[in-house]
Amino acid sequence: MSTSTFAPAPGAAPVTRQLLTQASMEARLMLRNGEQLLLAVVIPVIVLIGAVRGAEKVGLDLDGRPIDVLTPGVLALAVMSTAFTSLAIATGFERRYGVLKRLGTAPLSRATLLGGKVLALLLVEVFQFLVIGGVGLALGWSGPDGVGGVLALLLAALCGTAAFASLGMLLAGSLRAEATLAAANLVYLLLLAGGAVILPATMYGGLGDVVRWLPSGALGEAVRAACEGTVAARDLLVLVVWTGLGSVLTARTFKWE
Amino acid sequence: MRYGDTVAVDALSLTVERGTITAVLGPNGAGKTTTLETCEGYRRAQGGSVRVLGLDPVRQRHELLPRVGVMLQSGGAWSGARAEEMLRHFARLHAQPQDVALLMERLALHECGRTPYRRLSGGQQQRLGLALALIGRPELVFVDEPTAGMDPQIRRAVWELLEELRTDGVTVVLTTHYLEEAERLADRVHILDRGRLVASGTPLELTRGGTVATIRIVVTQPFPDGAPEALVRELGDGTELTVLDPLSLQLSGPADSTTLATVAAWCATHDVLPESLSLGQRNLEDVFLELTGREEFA
Repeated sequence: MSTSTFAPAPGAAPVTRQLLTQASMEARLMLRNGEQLLLAVVIPVIVLIGAVRGAEKVGLDLDGRPIDVLTPGVLALAVMSTAFTSLAIATGFERRYGVLKRLGTAPLSRATLLGGKVLALLLVEVFQFLVIGGVGLALGWSGPDGVGGVLALLLAALCGTAAFASLGMLLAGSLRAEATLAAANLVYLLLLAGGAVILPATMYGGLGDVVRWLPSGALGEAVRAACEGTVAARDLLVLVVWTGLGSVLTARTFKWE
Repeated sequence: MRYGDTVAVDALSLTVERGTITAVLGPNGAGKTTTLETCEGYRRAQGGSVRVLGLDPVRQRHELLPRVGVMLQSGGAWSGARAEEMLRHFARLHAQPQDVALLMERLALHECGRTPYRRLSGGQQQRLGLALALIGRPELVFVDEPTAGMDPQIRRAVWELLEELRTDGVTVVLTTHYLEEAERLADRVHILDRGRLVASGTPLELTRGGTVATIRIVVTQPFPDGAPEALVRELGDGTELTVLDPLSLQLSGPADSTTLATVAAWCATHDVLPESLSLGQRNLEDVFLELTGREEFA
């Protein structure tokens, strides 16, 4: 082997190392960005505390203690904010600034890049769950029901992440960065208010049957069921269908530059 | 290659030898970037065939990518990522990456390693772009205007680096604004205009040149009658005379080591005292302007 400084020695790193590198880079960038952090933890915590206090004040007719109904809802909101809004905005600007083009020159396959992104989302979500769950427990939340509850919660979070990430990528890959920023925030606010994510679908009266078919409603229901130790098969299936729809459309429409 | 009705690159045929530096020159819109991006696999050729290191850049992209380094003209980094972080990230995507500290030192990036990309100067962003192209120890690098916007000292350091790459067996393909850069670095130069190759060769071949010289003579008294024509006869066949004004003339044609002596003898014979006398050879810039007929390079 030559001792020259620039003697060629090309080769791609093993996929596992690439995946972990990409995921840690993206997670770090997400947590370092003030606006993303606001969206990831600050807003959900404020919503949780505000909703619990508000529910007690107005005597909201919930099926159980407000903290036990609302904490799972806010966990679902956290998944939505990261997998949809944060991902869409970050990816939109990656397109704008040529980051995706640059990554396209590295020996990183699209599947690994996408895998890295999903892994980064999951890392951020773990952090969110620890903070929000911690605040919930401090406010008297009884927590997920045993190991089965935790596993069901993870399954629901995974399905929700897949569904929202595919929709976030659809948005980021077809609109300009600024339009993505605006649309991702608007959709987030609309779903936060009327998407049955924080409050159970049953609270929406006749609309409840409709909003359960939305990814937000399905995720909210799945997380609430999980915390009670049950797997909401129908809601998970709804999320899987959204994932399929989002992925197919993204694959067809995504523009790298 | 077409964009709508515009033909960007048409019937272009060129080959690059391994272990050499090749410069692609041309005015804005000549098709340089389209050509590079087709070789990099970003664009699919609409006709003809493209092989890079013997591979199809679109169909065999995965085999090709690790072996090629690409320096983009601009951008390509997360605005919040620090320079060194960006470089370490790309290093970890490769099997046997270049030493990050060494590359940062060579490209004068060590002082801004902790600076987020958005706060780097234009020149620092350029250098980081070059470092990212080299981090994977590629066999072939495509560099798009590697020294645009760099100060002269750093430009020289980059030139030395590119020459070292060639010495170490790396093939370099660059586009450049600076004809001086192509003249100094390139083993071969390809000049594109309106998507077509208008000239190819070593800088020496293109400026040949070595035998075509331009002589300018400026005098204080008008030339004696018949003197300019006599000089053309003295200099021999192929010499062209242009009388610029009554006090200055320009000759161009074949030249050798005796040319200046011939001019001096003619001055003595015709009692001409030049106020200034200059003899110059063609450089790449003259060739470029003749071929493309445009003042603007890019």
